[in-house]
Amino acid sequence: MFDRGYYDGFGGAFLPEILVATFDELVETFEKAKSDPCFWQEYSDVMSTYSCRPTPLTFAQNLTDMFGGSRIYIKREDLNHTGAHKANNVMGQGLLTKRMGKTRVIAETGAGQHGVATATMAARFGYKCTIYMGEVDVHRQRPNVFWMGRLGAEVIPVREGTRILKDAINEAFRDWVANMDTTHYVLGTACGPHPFPEMVTYFQSIIGKEARKQILEAEKKLPAGIYACVGGGSNAMGIFSDFMEDDVDLIGVEAGGKGLESGEHAARLSSKDASIGVAQGYKTYFLQDNDGQMKKTHSVAAGLDYVGVSPILAHLKETGRVRFEAATDKEVIEALSLTIKKEGLIPALESAHAFVQAFKEAPSLSKDQAIIINQSGRGDKDIFTVAEAFKDPKWMEFIKNKAEEYNA
Amino acid sequence: MLESYLKKRLEEKEILLMTHIVIGYPTFDDSLRIIEKMVKANVDLMELQIPFSEPIADGPVILHANQRSLAAGATVKKCFDFAQKAAQSFDIPFLFMSYYNILFKYGVDSFATKVKEIGFKGAIVPDLPPEEGEEYLKAMEDNSLAPIFIFSPTTPEERMRYLSSFGKGFIYCVARKGVTGKETEFSGQLDKYLAKCRRATDLPIALGFGVKDKKDIDFLKGKADIAVIGSQTIRLMDQKGVDAVEDFIKSLFG
Repeated sequence: MFDRGYYDGFGGAFLPEILVATFDELVETFEKAKSDPCFWQEYSDVMSTYSCRPTPLTFAQNLTDMFGGSRIYIKREDLNHTGAHKANNVMGQGLLTKRMGKTRVIAETGAGQHGVATATMAARFGYKCTIYMGEVDVHRQRPNVFWMGRLGAEVIPVREGTRILKDAINEAFRDWVANMDTTHYVLGTACGPHPFPEMVTYFQSIIGKEARKQILEAEKKLPAGIYACVGGGSNAMGIFSDFMEDDVDLIGVEAGGKGLESGEHAARLSSKDASIGVAQGYKTYFLQDNDGQMKKTHSVAAGLDYVGVSPILAHLKETGRVRFEAATDKEVIEALSLTIKKEGLIPALESAHAFVQAFKEAPSLSKDQAIIINQSGRGDKDIFTVAEAFKDPKWMEFIKNKAEEYNA
Repeated sequence: MLESYLKKRLEEKEILLMTHIVIGYPTFDDSLRIIEKMVKANVDLMELQIPFSEPIADGPVILHANQRSLAAGATVKKCFDFAQKAAQSFDIPFLFMSYYNILFKYGVDSFATKVKEIGFKGAIVPDLPPEEGEEYLKAMEDNSLAPIFIFSPTTPEERMRYLSSFGKGFIYCVARKGVTGKETEFSGQLDKYLAKCRRATDLPIALGFGVKDKKDIDFLKGKADIAVIGSQTIRLMDQKGVDAVEDFIKSLFG
């Protein structure tokens, strides 16, 4: 048996027996790839020729001037192919799928970014592809559903449970236990049973490796702080991992939803509402009741709307290495609006959570300090949600007219 | 002891029958009536599932039963109260089935103590391999309870022997890949798998996943010690009501 991937009591591999052999194979394949000196090169070649790596580190002059504190840099994961950091993980797992000789991939998706990224990877590698997506998310992320279909993936709306990300994960597992001979499950975040938290972090660490080099070039020193939004935790783990040993504040920002007091949020590490539990194959903080039943979560950002969180981040919360904060839906819309107007950048609603906290802290930092915000994805995919949040009258008129056109 | 009960029972019957219900589905009262009918129809043992919000090893039929039971207000405490009533009313061995989070949140030691106190004989926890189950195994041992482990068609024989070394009572052999409640092909392939399971353990072996009628059970005679009926009774109940259960169970041995 393999080392079971514990991070000081968090993590593990709580697997149904039927999947044990599949995980043994995955662990072995991943370990071999990691120790193969050519593998990382192959991976980063794919990322530079198929995606847009290295992604730039953009200095946000206008936001910096406005807040009058630290110099604000933005790591542009939105410029990846398909518009988010998700591409890093799926291309890596696509290479592993090839090594295992499998011909089909499945994935869960919340915001739809991971689903679209997986569908492009499947198209490129020639894999069959099925994406599980909660019905609620299918409705709020229609454009991504459209693209997944066009890319040849079968999108299955999940009508079980709360009909969001966690339910999509359950359905993907149910598919996997039947089809593991041909199928690899491309889990989208640094959660789930070992080796997923470690493996997803490994691929996403490309963000932090680049960011470190770029900030040292630009500032000749390390940043004071790094801000990343936390759903499952993959973009945060990705950018944090290369700064773990440094004197750099690492701040994870969770979905505060309608406010921590409202109970309608997805804050596992920054609220007192979560407790340690075991579900979906791993041990971490979950938003659950005293019996261990998972609770409903809420966020304006589908990609952060998840009951669990990376066991590695749960561990880093306990050690104090990473600080966790929450941003409310309202603050997120304001920060998004400000970033669009001041810098011409359009962060995803998920990423905008990181901007909220950075904007709160930048003014009190000194002018010779720098901070990095991870813009994990681009926001134009959220056009329907954002337009609604902005109550944009012209957009609403456009939608009505379009509907009439289709009705005619 | 569960194992000796089963072995004794096997001296009289060619194959035993274990049935499954989700506690609180469709209601707690109905659950008790279903058990009554099953006992009357001569089932040998039963697994009672404490519902969980994320039952990843279960297919749609049992998944929905879990969700509806929870939506109707089932709690772990109500399930224990119910189980106590069942154990006091009926003279067959009962097991709990649930996912690990239910035990973990209750406290693994307290859970085992409670199971013992209620008079249940053991537990099936499908997402808890022995590698993660040190605390659970000790608590079960301390309370003389049977932790039931699972063999699957993807389990190598060496690992079967490893699992068997932790198991008590019997081994639950999953008939095929996939989740509960889907079609299983009862064929020569299954024969070979059961023979492999038999070689790997001295414990009685149960076969579940997809067992749905007399034909399937006849096929298993001489190959498995216990046939497990899960989703099929729930499906039947959904279609024809609680009263159909007794005749159905009787028909399996008709």
